[in-house]
Amino acid sequence: MKPAVQLPTWLTKRSTVWILLVPLFGLAVILQLFASSLVVDIYTQFCVNLMIVVALQAFMGNSGILAWTHVGFMGIGAYASGILSMAPMVKSLGVPNMYPALVDLQVPVLAAIALGGVMAALIAALIGWPLMRLSDAVGVITLFATLIVMHVVMTQWDNVTNGPRTFFGLQKFTELWVGVIGAAVVIFVVHWYRESSPGLRLRSSRDDRYAAMAVGINVVQVRYIGFVFSALLAGIGGGVWAHLITSFSPKAFYILEMFVLLTMLVIGGQGSVSGAFVGTALVTAARQFLIQVESGINNSGVLNLEVFGLTDIVLAILMVVVLIWRPNGIVGGQEFTWPLLRRRKPPAPDEAVTAEAA
Amino acid sequence: MIDLEFIINTISLGSLYALLSLGLVFVYGILKLVNFAYGEYVMVGGYALYVIGTFTGMPWYMTMVFAVLAAAFVSYMTELVAFRPVRTKSLTAMLVTSFAVSVFLQNVVLITISSRSRAVRFPAFFSRTLEFAGATVPLRNILIIGITIVLLTVLTIVMKRTVLGMAMRAAADRFTTTRLMGVPANLVISAAFIISGTLAGVVSIFWVGRSASVDPLIGMAPLLIAFIATVIGGMHSLVGAVIGGFVYGLLFNLLSIMLPASLISYRDAFMFVIVILFLLFRPEGIWRGGYTEERVG
Repeated sequence: MKPAVQLPTWLTKRSTVWILLVPLFGLAVILQLFASSLVVDIYTQFCVNLMIVVALQAFMGNSGILAWTHVGFMGIGAYASGILSMAPMVKSLGVPNMYPALVDLQVPVLAAIALGGVMAALIAALIGWPLMRLSDAVGVITLFATLIVMHVVMTQWDNVTNGPRTFFGLQKFTELWVGVIGAAVVIFVVHWYRESSPGLRLRSSRDDRYAAMAVGINVVQVRYIGFVFSALLAGIGGGVWAHLITSFSPKAFYILEMFVLLTMLVIGGQGSVSGAFVGTALVTAARQFLIQVESGINNSGVLNLEVFGLTDIVLAILMVVVLIWRPNGIVGGQEFTWPLLRRRKPPAPDEAVTAEAA
Repeated sequence: MIDLEFIINTISLGSLYALLSLGLVFVYGILKLVNFAYGEYVMVGGYALYVIGTFTGMPWYMTMVFAVLAAAFVSYMTELVAFRPVRTKSLTAMLVTSFAVSVFLQNVVLITISSRSRAVRFPAFFSRTLEFAGATVPLRNILIIGITIVLLTVLTIVMKRTVLGMAMRAAADRFTTTRLMGVPANLVISAAFIISGTLAGVVSIFWVGRSASVDPLIGMAPLLIAFIATVIGGMHSLVGAVIGGFVYGLLFNLLSIMLPASLISYRDAFMFVIVILFLLFRPEGIWRGGYTEERVG
């Protein structure tokens, strides 16, 4: 069946990107014109989260490896870009022990964010090769261990990160349009990667590692490319995030934050960029709603106690329910394509390992 | 430096860690699930000690028994409610579920009790120290060694001699074949979770006993230790887990006395770097299990 209106190929070939970007930009314009600054702030936050979640999807979704490290790469991007963009005066105030060589460095914000991404990618390139040789449970534990190493270094290296204390004084560079354009670029690049040769090879290694090896795919190599690429984007996302938040501590790049990123990706569906988009939108909305409810309860004094952590409880339950109901997420592995209703067949989930345990 | 005191403390630390990693491997062996909620069972045990010990007049030994039961019960409930429905789904789905369970349990405690740490009462003899042959050792360190010996003996008998134990060992090797032999899958998996929770409960008594206080984040450290120890020892066998626990205890104590003071805060990072290096050269761990296909390339 042919669609009623024949669209030109340049539009249909990347239809997923357009389907995602049109509402992203449309909503941004509407909010810019009509909404209060609070809503605009939330939307900016959403765009920055979207950058990071889509960056996470680039590796985790295509390789099937639970990538704990990415919140760490986000942190590396945040610290590196912050150190590069801040004025020497502010830096010596904020981080008294900083190495003198670092204090004098200053580059424009955009360059700093890009270099932050490069820094994250360099570190990923340095540690990535051996890590990519591991799969399954051992791989998960090792990546988890790597995140802990990153966290320990961030909290202890106070010549660079100000230790466990707050790192502050960044300029607020990230406005609504920076976030929107950043998210758009990341969506475009990650979708391109997904359909590119390394991306396709990585996806085939996810679906069946041994079959992929048998047809001559170097599994470690394609994973490595995906890992470094995704770390680059996560680092850039971290830089953009840092210039939105302007002050943060190593706690922001640890397990609980990773949990939020994971809920976004997993609820939407880790197999596709569309899934990452939907998941981030849903979880951001749900979180905002729950935070309102939480503070409403706490302020009204109906209950005799303060409820902290309600948001996380509901998110955790939501996540388990989604996993039971749709283990591949709400979108479920496939991308939105034009026309909307004729979807491609979803790829097989990575169930080979646990099939035995059924 | 390395005297009798060091040896006894290392063995007792190793015993504690051996129990911890054994609990993790029981579930991993059968379900191939790295249970991120495992540390939370220790937390539940700790809070049971706090609640029962503070608000009821029960004698200390009953408190401890109930704490162990509470941990085992919560472990069983998580299996029933969260893990059973996602068990047949992808590996990532299961991992993320266990993570969600962990966040859930932490926040339930946060809401119902407090985010601040609470003091737990222990009988006075628990913190008494013994002196012999020039070594000063806390009594609880001797106690944990004794309990570990008893538990390991009992578990060995259960695993080797009873039908359930043999079924569990078989399930860890070839789950589908075991089911074809008529072993109910749910029973074996539930048993694994209950044993896992029981071990976490026993550990919680001694873990909380060291600082005599409990807070919602207390499960994190035991979880990490169990991870490292099982990876060092070997994820695919129970013997490996015990060995891993002892090796970890030794490594930890050695690093503690050998690292210069300026680097001691990086100790965790060093431990994990050791694990990563270890995995690269010997991904199957010290003790080889039956099946090792985690590695490509």
